[in-house]
Amino acid sequence: MLQLKQISKTFLKGTPNEHKALRQVNLTLQDGDFVTVVGSNGAGKSTLFNVICGNFYPDAGSVLLDGKDITWMQEHKRASFIGRVFQDPMRGTAPNLTIEENLALAYSRSKRGPLHFALNKKDTAMFRESLAQYNMGLEDRMDTKVGLLSGGQRQVVTLLMCTLVPPKLLLLDEHTAALDPATSEKIMQITKEIVAKHHLTTMMITHNLNAALQTGNRTIMMDAGQLILDISGAERANMSLSDLLALYSSKSNKAFDNDRMLLT
Amino acid sequence: MVILLGSLQLGILYGMLALGVYITFRIMNVPDLTAEGSFTLGLALSAVCCIAGHPLPGLAAALLAGAAAGCVTGLLHTKLDIHPILSGILTMSGLYSINLLAMGNSSNLSLINSTTIFKVANNLLPFLDKDVVKLLVAFVFTAICVTVLILFFQTHLGLCIRATGDNEDMVRASSIHVDNTKILALALSNGIIALTGALIAQYQSFADINSGVGILVVGLASVIIGEVLLGRRTLTGNLLAVLVGAIIYRFIITLATKSFLPAYALKLISACIVAIALSLPAIKKSMALRAVRKEAQTHAAAETDF
Repeated sequence: MLQLKQISKTFLKGTPNEHKALRQVNLTLQDGDFVTVVGSNGAGKSTLFNVICGNFYPDAGSVLLDGKDITWMQEHKRASFIGRVFQDPMRGTAPNLTIEENLALAYSRSKRGPLHFALNKKDTAMFRESLAQYNMGLEDRMDTKVGLLSGGQRQVVTLLMCTLVPPKLLLLDEHTAALDPATSEKIMQITKEIVAKHHLTTMMITHNLNAALQTGNRTIMMDAGQLILDISGAERANMSLSDLLALYSSKSNKAFDNDRMLLT
Repeated sequence: MVILLGSLQLGILYGMLALGVYITFRIMNVPDLTAEGSFTLGLALSAVCCIAGHPLPGLAAALLAGAAAGCVTGLLHTKLDIHPILSGILTMSGLYSINLLAMGNSSNLSLINSTTIFKVANNLLPFLDKDVVKLLVAFVFTAICVTVLILFFQTHLGLCIRATGDNEDMVRASSIHVDNTKILALALSNGIIALTGALIAQYQSFADINSGVGILVVGLASVIIGEVLLGRRTLTGNLLAVLVGAIIYRFIITLATKSFLPAYALKLISACIVAIALSLPAIKKSMALRAVRKEAQTHAAAETDF
């Protein structure tokens, strides 16, 4: 499915502030993998996502998706098969467009010609139905501007926008971190439902170590631009929070340090 | 009455200009100075075509040339990464020479003895009053323009343009090339603005190289007056409000210059209208803050009384 080969990325190369964000990262994802990604501040988690979705290009190495080399493919072209949800609820939606217009923009991207009407009854009915599943009361507010919604509601709309046409790969970049605990829980539940429904290959960065161990089928840990831990199966099922922290300390010779990390 | 009819005609024609300005100023969030050059470009091409005896192709030429000017600004901004306002200034400045070239290096052209679409319409409808015909022609063009825009902004491409001004990240994530939507929006805007210039040249049977100076402010004033009077709601509502704004703006200017102010005060009045309207949110905010402080002080005074 997704293959990362020897990916390296250095910021501010040749200056005193040089920062090696990724050091020869290798990673292979199987079809249907749901991988959670954890790591301390500046470990390179978001940089890894940026390289995968083409926000910037790696200095070395290659990104392969379904055997096809996409290392140098432009970001908007990859976007047709890579969905991404950011931590900031403002980033995934256009505030002055209504819910249905936002969804239509994401949905009709490759369906019809550019000069066809973006909205039609059939699609709108389908959007309504999709939103109604999540009990957020959004299905009756289809012509409300997205800017008037709460953060959690916006994240649901963004999630739906990314998955109306199921992508090959879904990237979730701490997408519940800016929400209150109850909403965060709910969005996580909806995420699991959507991923299961479409059998999406997913990578999720999270600051919640429990969620990292309980969600998905595989967990990787990053530190200083390297993958230091990759667990799945029985090993992962039997791992407790303290085991994980102990493992981290022994691998990186320091205590786990992430000011947003939730251990509960 | 004649004066009011005249300003209604001009108001409707300049409504198209306001639509063009609305696309860049409100939808893309960038005031685009290319407008000053592309307006004159349309004016010049239309005048030259009229003199050659082709009033209608003159309008088409203006539309296309204006769109091309918008593309230049768009390319400077997106592909060469020049600040959007500076890109507009560069194109505007360059267009001055091109406009002079189009007008055969003379700073004004008269169309008194040439056919214009207004004269053609007059001949087709001899039973109607001259001024009514002018009004009709202006209305037809503006109505077509606003209808096309309203429909266009409901298409997928139109939605992409609206979203680009709103959230570029999201547009990119929907696998749309942001550079292309920006260039397209600028081309659309300047095409409409050049078409306005072309119609104005034929309306007044006169083209002047300096007609475009301050035209962006005229467009902005119309947009803002429309918004203040009719509010900001749906896009369709806003586009119609902008047209109303353009007509009201023209009435204000006519009344001001015909009654107590000299004609040369026109640009100053326009600039003042825009400045006042744009500063309204800031003024409201500071008034609200002052009210809060005053109330807090009276409470504090009341408490010390005990």
